[in-house]
Amino acid sequence: MQKTCAIKITDLRFGWRKNLPEVLHIPEFEVDRGERIFLRGASGSGKSTLLALIAGVSLPSSGDVEVLGNTINRINGSGRDHFRSDHIGFVFQMFNLIPYLSVLENVALPCHFSRSRKQKATASGISLHDEATRLLQHLDMAHADLLHRPVTELSVGQQQRVATARALIGAPEIIIADEPTSALDSEMRETFIRLLFQECDATGSTLLFVSHDKQLESLFERHVTLEEINTARQGVN
Amino acid sequence: MATLYLAIKSLLNRRFTVGLTLLSIALSVSLLLGVERLRVESHNSFANTISGTNLIVGARSGAINLLLYSVFRIGDATNNISWKSYQKFADHPMVKWTIPISLGDSHKGYRVMGTNQDYFRHYSYADKRPLALAEGLPFEHVYQAVLGHEVAKKLNYTLGQKIIIAHGAGKTSFTMHDDKPFEIVGILKPTGTPVDRTVHIPLEGIEAIHANWVGGREVAGLKISADEALEKELTPKSITGFLVGLKSIIATFRVQREVNDYRKEPLLAILPGVALQQLWDLMSVAENALFVVTILVVSIGLIGMLTVMLAGLNERRREMAILRSVGARPGHILLLITGESFLLSLIGITLGLLLLYTSLFFAQPIMESQYGLHLQISLPSLREYLILGLVGTSGLIIGLIPGYRAYRYSLTDGMNIRL
Ligand SMILES: Nc1ncnc2c1ncn2[C@@H]1O[C@H](COP(=O)(O)OP(=O)(O)O)[C@@H](O)[C@H]1O
Ligand SMILES: [Mg+2]
Repeated sequence: MQKTCAIKITDLRFGWRKNLPEVLHIPEFEVDRGERIFLRGASGSGKSTLLALIAGVSLPSSGDVEVLGNTINRINGSGRDHFRSDHIGFVFQMFNLIPYLSVLENVALPCHFSRSRKQKATASGISLHDEATRLLQHLDMAHADLLHRPVTELSVGQQQRVATARALIGAPEIIIADEPTSALDSEMRETFIRLLFQECDATGSTLLFVSHDKQLESLFERHVTLEEINTARQGVN
Repeated sequence: MATLYLAIKSLLNRRFTVGLTLLSIALSVSLLLGVERLRVESHNSFANTISGTNLIVGARSGAINLLLYSVFRIGDATNNISWKSYQKFADHPMVKWTIPISLGDSHKGYRVMGTNQDYFRHYSYADKRPLALAEGLPFEHVYQAVLGHEVAKKLNYTLGQKIIIAHGAGKTSFTMHDDKPFEIVGILKPTGTPVDRTVHIPLEGIEAIHANWVGGREVAGLKISADEALEKELTPKSITGFLVGLKSIIATFRVQREVNDYRKEPLLAILPGVALQQLWDLMSVAENALFVVTILVVSIGLIGMLTVMLAGLNERRREMAILRSVGARPGHILLLITGESFLLSLIGITLGLLLLYTSLFFAQPIMESQYGLHLQISLPSLREYLILGLVGTSGLIIGLIPGYRAYRYSLTDGMNIRL
């Protein structure tokens, strides 16, 4: 049996509204399993929109989005939500955390919505709490004093690492990072990305990393620009 | 379960605004229930003031006025009725018993009522409960008095003490019948009715203290001592009114008509139950207005909650987007936001109940002593549960408004996080 791609897009079209010009038209785009891919695009070019389509939060007006062998746009709404929570971990630009939950609760959050991720997280017989602590430890975030601080008091860099631990918990097959470093200063950027690589390797996750920052490109084994794969004529931004 | 946990954590995170919202809901709920309690209790105590009496007879005036002065000791009779008329109906073949009453004097703000021993035999309240003495005996002699429970308790009176009756009903009456003191021979058990606030003396006692009075005025220079007064004819010439017990209630309307049609004197006979209902109806306008106001207060509490929830929603779009990204469905978002409001109303209701019982606990002795109203500290009544259920349901329905908005947001925003 042929191994399926992590992400496979065919002839995708998407516009936010009928009367607005199309934002995306992607004839073909594939990401292999285990790949670490850097997707670059100018701000407003439609990167986040593409990610929402891959995550099944938005639906294409035509074409197919296949994730881990499942044509996600053919699944119903709650099925897509399930699929997303089971298989995809997210890191966003900033303010990634739920302000009223503790660091550990934030990390464990996906396991409350996904049984499979909870099972994977606790497979080795350890508690969710311990698994969250272990991941934070890997990201150098497990100091007792950090764990008990309200998440709103953490620095942006610390918040991003907590968000990364949350994306990684329960080892989802795909990690999607939407400009996770744009709020970080340049030294921290590289440290953060290396940590991210290390953890994705440990879980064998595919990493789709999105940014407008050309400097980071060289760190990745594969990089594409949205303009290369997107043939939709964008309005002037 | 996870959603409930999130809702609780999110509420805790906004302790201050949530606390204020809870306070306003709790206060309004306890106000609503408190007003409801007062209404029920006062209605009960009201309906319990007199029972077993078929007719109340007095000089012709308004039915409510007659009820007020004869039963509630409020206001005054416009006129007396003659002893002859009283006797005529006391001897009526349909009449089983009568209790003559004579009002107009007071003791330290408490009304003094002249009556006879039939009062202790036949008067009843609540569920045909007769009067009972806590101490002593009914009066037998002219200068003896039996006190209502509250009078004795408030003024610290014991058996054997002598009291002076003041002329007129005011608290600060200037003319005292101080030449003819009355000995306390009995103290009644509490009844929760105006009887508790009454000083009872024999009709002859009323006559005796007014022996040197003519036409409502003390005759200047005329001194008649207590003993001299006993020598006089002490059967009253007139009384304020009388209560009637009939041999058969079927005769009620017949006897009432006979009294009302009595030629020799303008009399009025009323049915206590009917007059009580009339009086209650009169008050129910105010009572309903009060109820509407408290309902409005509760609505304001809930609208306050809606405002808080809606105001917080926009800044929570980010939170919802994050939740969506970790797998929360739009339904979860609806549940979370609506659940928060529902939770708020439930906690508000619980706090309101707590507040109600705390204030009942403190208000009970005050209401009892100041207004003779016994507030029962009992579990909520069916009606109260219904009211609470209605408040809770309103909270849920109101919670659907921000809930639905959040649901719409989460559908349109998806995971898009806007700054
Ligand atoms: N919810 C939305 N409704 C309408 N238009 C949107 C929405 N989200 C994004 N857009 C538009 O789609 C385009 C692409 O946005 P986005 O994917 O966020 O860009 P990027 O992530 O590359 O900065 C922009 O022109 C933006 O204005
Ligand atoms: Mg973006």
